Amino acid sequence: MIFKILIRNAFRHKLRTVLTVCGMAIAILAFGLLHTVIDAWYIGVEASSATRLVTRNSISLIFRLPLSYRDTIRRIEGVKIVSYGNWFGGRYIDEKDFFANFAVEPKSYLNLYPEYMIPDDQRIAFLKNRKGCLVGKKLAERFGWSLGDIITLTGTIFPGNWEFVLCSIYKGSEKNTDETLFFFHWDYLNESLKKKSPLSSDQVGFYMIGIENPYMAAEISDAIDKTFKNSLAETLTETEKAFQMGFVTMSEAIIKAIQLVSLVVIFIILVVVANTMGMSVRERIGEFAVFKTLGFRAWHITLLIIGESMVITVFGGITGTLLTFPAAKGFSVAVGKFFPVFNITAETIWLNLAVTLVVGLVAGILPAYRAVTVKIAEGFRRMG
Amino acid sequence: MHTEKPIVAINNVSKSYQRGSQIIRVLEDISLNIESGEFLALMGPSGSGKSTLLNLIAGLDHVDHGSIEIGGVEITILSESDLSRWRIVNVGFIFQFYNLIPVLTAFENVELPLLLTGLTKRERRDHVATALRMVNMEERSRHYPNQLSGGQQQRVAIARAVVTDPAIIVADEPTGDLDRTAAENALELMSRLNRDLGKTVIMVTHDPWAGKWAHSIEHLDKGVLSHDI
Repeated sequence: MIFKILIRNAFRHKLRTVLTVCGMAIAILAFGLLHTVIDAWYIGVEASSATRLVTRNSISLIFRLPLSYRDTIRRIEGVKIVSYGNWFGGRYIDEKDFFANFAVEPKSYLNLYPEYMIPDDQRIAFLKNRKGCLVGKKLAERFGWSLGDIITLTGTIFPGNWEFVLCSIYKGSEKNTDETLFFFHWDYLNESLKKKSPLSSDQVGFYMIGIENPYMAAEISDAIDKTFKNSLAETLTETEKAFQMGFVTMSEAIIKAIQLVSLVVIFIILVVVANTMGMSVRERIGEFAVFKTLGFRAWHITLLIIGESMVITVFGGITGTLLTFPAAKGFSVAVGKFFPVFNITAETIWLNLAVTLVVGLVAGILPAYRAVTVKIAEGFRRMG
Repeated sequence: MHTEKPIVAINNVSKSYQRGSQIIRVLEDISLNIESGEFLALMGPSGSGKSTLLNLIAGLDHVDHGSIEIGGVEITILSESDLSRWRIVNVGFIFQFYNLIPVLTAFENVELPLLLTGLTKRERRDHVATALRMVNMEERSRHYPNQLSGGQQQRVAIARAVVTDPAIIVADEPTGDLDRTAAENALELMSRLNRDLGKTVIMVTHDPWAGKWAHSIEHLDKGVLSHDI
């Protein structure tokens, strides 16, 4: 019966309620979408493994490290796998067709990334072909590539046109695995450099290191950096998560701005719902006097008003959350090259729900307080 | 002469309201006893304090001075919460403008006070059906207030007032918004409640014709009582 009263009261003024529900739905949609954008920013961090370390030049990422470090690092206790690579920075057709591309030592690199699922025959084909490349499923779909295609990248760091044969397409085993990456053999790059620019050869941009025990990450990182202390190219070793976090930190101001905007959106809808509830309660102050006369107590009245506010916000919240899925899909298509993984997480859904309930609760508090504190006789006078 | 204790005992009650910086004295040192089973009309011109006195008797407002004892309970010392609980079982209300909840059907309006009792759904349904039958509105139990005439709405309001079987029915201008026929029906119903079920009825009215249905009349003028039979 009480629930029936809540629903009927909430939809007594249909237009007003529908508009408020729409406002709430749009606010939750915006909130969910903005939260998903922030999640997408952190996806590299989330996808990081605790058993992977990254070693780079301590001065900056743009300075390289000698290939000879590989064997030294391999000998450090706790290190299981050592791989290495370079950011290639190749351009495909046009600048707007940007995607991340790396030259890596393929065998060890794929051992480090078991989340890249590759059919065995394609894996063998990629490892055997020095000009072969491995691309993510989404990237292949984006450009309509299929196995055997010749892909030409124009080097921006390493000049010239570089041809690759598409040997393998990987799928991510996790939802947050980036499927927009492009890998090719580091040897292919290095051999070309030996011919064109010998001084730049045998240099790597980063080492990817697999360790046995994630709890030893700090000690191993320290050991690696101490080994190369006072050398010509000192190293900085950190966990893959910390390394990825470094990139996110560069965009911290944008992330903070997005977080602020999402809070402002929620605050605005809170004011809108509170205003709707305020109007609704003011119009029905006499009715609440009737309830009180019949013996309904302050907490009953509070429950009726906050419950009604909750009905409105829950309808809006659920609608907004449901709309977030197609909106996120459209958003992902539009800006997929910037956000390779754009998934709505369970956390976002729970957050939407929590915001919905908090808005419903807070928006109802002041009107409920007014209705409870108005004396019965005063309530009847306002009714009359 | 009555030897039983009166069901309503009002002793030296005063009440005033503050409007801005002005204090308006509404009731001045009122004392009144109402016997159980009585049908009393409180009459007087507009602003004489009759509705205020009714509100005080029904526990809807608080006295400034004096005491009100109803059925042996001094309601003037009860907290707001205790007064609410007391009202559920002791007082039924009938208002001039019926005050039915527009989003509830006639049945649901009558059921409303029963939600605060410990009755089961089935028991509530039986009580409501009995109350609606008593006011001859069982056929229209599924109608919403806006689908009923004024007289019918008042009959539903009367059913709501008696559904918890209170000892006292208070009615504030119950015929004020009704035509003569509907008013007669409402008064007849209240008379039956008084006569057949022994309810004590206290009715505020400014209409002398309605007042004639009562056993006794108390006149209020400028907050002071004058007795009349």
